[in-house]
Amino acid sequence: MVEHTVKAFDQDIDTLRGLIAEMGGRAEASLDNAMMALLRRDKNMARQVVLDDPKIDALEEQVERLVVQTIALRAPMANDLREVVAALKIAGVVERIGDYGKNIAKRVPLIVENRKLELMSLLPSMGQIAGEMVHDALNAFAARDADLAIAVIERDKVVDDFYNSIFRTLLTYMAENPKMISESAHLLFVAKNIERIGDHATNVAEMVYYAATGQYLPDRERGEAPEDAGK
Amino acid sequence: MLTEEQQALKPNNPKMTARDVNVFYGAKQAINKVSIDVDMDNVTAFIGPSGCGKSTFLRTLNRMNDTVASARVEGEITLDGENIYAPSMDVVQLRARVGMVFQKPNPFPKSIYENIAYGPRIHGLASAKADMDVIVEKSLRRAGLWEEVKDRLNESGTALSGGQQQRLCIGRAIAVEPEVILMDEPCSALDPIATAKIEELIHELRGRYAIVIVTHNMQQAARVSQRTAFFHLGTLVEYGVTSDIFTNPKADRTRDYITGRYG
Repeated sequence: MVEHTVKAFDQDIDTLRGLIAEMGGRAEASLDNAMMALLRRDKNMARQVVLDDPKIDALEEQVERLVVQTIALRAPMANDLREVVAALKIAGVVERIGDYGKNIAKRVPLIVENRKLELMSLLPSMGQIAGEMVHDALNAFAARDADLAIAVIERDKVVDDFYNSIFRTLLTYMAENPKMISESAHLLFVAKNIERIGDHATNVAEMVYYAATGQYLPDRERGEAPEDAGK
Repeated sequence: MLTEEQQALKPNNPKMTARDVNVFYGAKQAINKVSIDVDMDNVTAFIGPSGCGKSTFLRTLNRMNDTVASARVEGEITLDGENIYAPSMDVVQLRARVGMVFQKPNPFPKSIYENIAYGPRIHGLASAKADMDVIVEKSLRRAGLWEEVKDRLNESGTALSGGQQQRLCIGRAIAVEPEVILMDEPCSALDPIATAKIEELIHELRGRYAIVIVTHNMQQAARVSQRTAFFHLGTLVEYGVTSDIFTNPKADRTRDYITGRYG
């Protein structure tokens, strides 16, 4: 796209996009490292994830300040306006993704204390797909790529299916092994956190789609309610 | 789903229509095949870079271009379905029905009272002093100026501040009971407070008169209008609901202009 006549405007937008990219990278790393810490039963690695989270929070605050400043000083219009508003909302969502990564990391010490518990084989795959969704949603923002955003949204169902499957398996496992209920419940929360990360990546993708096209996506086909949903 | 602003929009109720309008100054074509409806119930803003033809086109709507010897207008422009370029059209009457407010406030060098009374008098709208007093007060009230000038109606209109002068000119246009008011950059010579008062006035006048405003200030177009038309190089590039134009313009040229990427 042609540059703005006022060059400083382009610099503001570039800075904003850079901040979002950095947030996305850190949130993705938060999930990846938390999952790796879980698999390797590595408490130090898990602690590092928790310690890194404030950096994401600080970046979100930077994004907020820059967005408010840009709206006040540059009065963005059309695609610029959509992009600036999307950046603000995406920053809030990515910060939440980071929090979920941190939550997973916090459970690692509680789970690894009990050496007898076999980790669910499905969790790593589920975490990997959710991580890819986050990665692709942020790439879609960087490239203003509406098609990639739709691909992310469509993948959310896979994460939901994983969650439902893990939910059922863990319930059965708890019924058969009452002594393992506490550890199993932590694993269930991990699965739930990953499921929420998938939802948030989907939210990012929806905002990317709006910023890129100016159109709102029709309401998503909500799959079946998760199996832990209240009746 | 409709946005709030779209829901607030009243249905289209065209007051004026233009079809395939061309305007030439001598051999140079200034307007190329412009077709547009001016809505009765919504304020229409014309935006575009200098020289894009928006003022030229505005001036075709009350035949102001007749005063330019080299200007020639083709195509059809109607007011309530009647061709305003038809030989039977009384131009003086037309300009009373389609009033105009200019960039620089241009009150007559007469009293505030006379500035308003002049038009109604020559159009024979009032003869008795009491009737004229009613028209003057009503017009100044609608122009949002009455409270500021009611005690000094005999002072010269040129002694008012710029913003007051511009509201006086709007009152003068209103006094002859127009149906359409054309405003050509009405705030470009005013400070932000006087500008805000004119914008508030435009809001209040909406619905009573069809209003078309030409402005270089896109924020102003966004603030006062419900319909926006973007002109470029003599053509009408895009015309639509103002909130759509400023959040999601269809044409690349519109987008580049309103986001500050133009040339």
